[in-house]
Amino acid sequence: MQHAYPAPDMADPVAPTAKADVLVSGVAHTYVAADGPVLNGVDLNIAPGSVAALIGRSGSGKSTLLHIIAGLIKPSQGSVRISGNYVTGPSPLHVMMFQAPSLFPWMTVAQNAALGLRYAGQNDAGRVRDILALVDLSAFADRNVQDLSGGQQQRVALARSLVPSPDLLLLDEPFSALDMFTRQSMQRDVRAIAKRLGLTMILVTHDVSEAVLMADRAVFLKSGAGVIAEDTQIGLHEAERSTESLDFHAELARLNAIYAAMQT
Amino acid sequence: MTVASDISPTRFPLSFSRYRGLMNAGIGMGALMLLWWLGGRAVAASPDLFAFSNFAPAPTMSRLWVMITSGEVLDMAIPSLYRVGLGMLIAVLIGVPLGILIGRIAQLREITNIPFQFLRMISPLSWMPIAVMAFDTWDGAIIFLIAVAAIWPILFATAAGVRRIDPAWIKVARNLGASRWHMLTTVILPAVATDILTGIRLALGVAWVVLVPAEYLGVTSGLGYAINDARDTLEYDRLSATVVVIGVIGFALDMICQKAIARLNWMRSN
Repeated sequence: MQHAYPAPDMADPVAPTAKADVLVSGVAHTYVAADGPVLNGVDLNIAPGSVAALIGRSGSGKSTLLHIIAGLIKPSQGSVRISGNYVTGPSPLHVMMFQAPSLFPWMTVAQNAALGLRYAGQNDAGRVRDILALVDLSAFADRNVQDLSGGQQQRVALARSLVPSPDLLLLDEPFSALDMFTRQSMQRDVRAIAKRLGLTMILVTHDVSEAVLMADRAVFLKSGAGVIAEDTQIGLHEAERSTESLDFHAELARLNAIYAAMQT
Repeated sequence: MTVASDISPTRFPLSFSRYRGLMNAGIGMGALMLLWWLGGRAVAASPDLFAFSNFAPAPTMSRLWVMITSGEVLDMAIPSLYRVGLGMLIAVLIGVPLGILIGRIAQLREITNIPFQFLRMISPLSWMPIAVMAFDTWDGAIIFLIAVAAIWPILFATAAGVRRIDPAWIKVARNLGASRWHMLTTVILPAVATDILTGIRLALGVAWVVLVPAEYLGVTSGLGYAINDARDTLEYDRLSATVVVIGVIGFALDMICQKAIARLNWMRSN
């Protein structure tokens, strides 16, 4: 199940170009017709090339925060800067993956993956081919996406996100609909791909083990309060990021304890 | 019963399933022809109606053959197809964009709902006097009546299709930097292509029905005129042959729409 990715080198066709740092300052948000704010003054600084997990129960505002960082929601207050530039709207450079792959069923795998380039007025079949190879879908390029399994469809969605060469990848519980084995291989592969490409990555999850498998840092959002309750580094080597590792379980226990303490 | 159980799908799986559709279509056509023939016999036998006996299948078919070989069928079908084609084109050019807007914008939907439902229920032929006054040519009036009849199925089918579009597709496209034009050409139009064609298919059925009475207006060409003309000249075999032509062309147009829908349908049936 584990896929080995070659280390980055100069000849790498999908080598990274830029790394993004994310600076969230004083972000607060209240939905129209909502009782109170869902986010209430969030400050967050995410280092370039790192993976941060936003953890919280439903209603904690974690998904709202991710949408604000993606530029899909305009915050009531505060601002987000990516590599120094204020976020004013969505951009293929900080692209988001959703719970459902939401592929266009009237297009092939390759056409779906190429959408970001098409919208930018570009056509680069080589780039699409390289990214499909990266997500293990080379053999499926000309297939209709409806013929693919759920895990494969989510890989197409990943390829679609990666083709426009983003420097920031945002994941909104993208693996929650997959079975356990597919989910674990996706979690491992997406982290490996992000590290290989030098992508900064923010993932939203309510599953602490997903955060421990994928992230360098866990940010806990307190439900109802809309603030960051805890912010901690996940100190695991790549080899330890496996459910078979004792260090993984120690780290999982530590984070679970934080999560449990936060609920009370 | 014994015949049906003899030709069971398990005994003749391939030949049976392959020819069953054709066979049943043949049975249906045969039954229709039989009814027509019986009707013709009854008319011929009746002292009150025997003057209309040329409505029967045999005189109709021989007259139809003469009309086909002489080119008369083409001569009367082409003006009708031109009017229906132009009326449908106008209905599509108005109905599809308006349907997309109504599907996308809730407020526009609420504003237009009652007026459009009201207008839709008015028989297109009730506009006839107004159309005759408003247009300089008979052709213009007929094309207007066809467009008025055809626009509603197209508009409502398009709007319903747009409302069924998965909002996640819109979000994904927006996230990947799609412009409004991209949104229309890569998401909305492909997503609702079969809905639009289904609307066009329904509209074509209505337009073809409206065409004949509309051509009773002042024009001197087309299938509706041919029917009226045959009645006036008491050529009942020509009249019924024209009816056959109308039915065959309508059937063919519907088949074309069905084929196009099957081609453009991206949904896997599983």
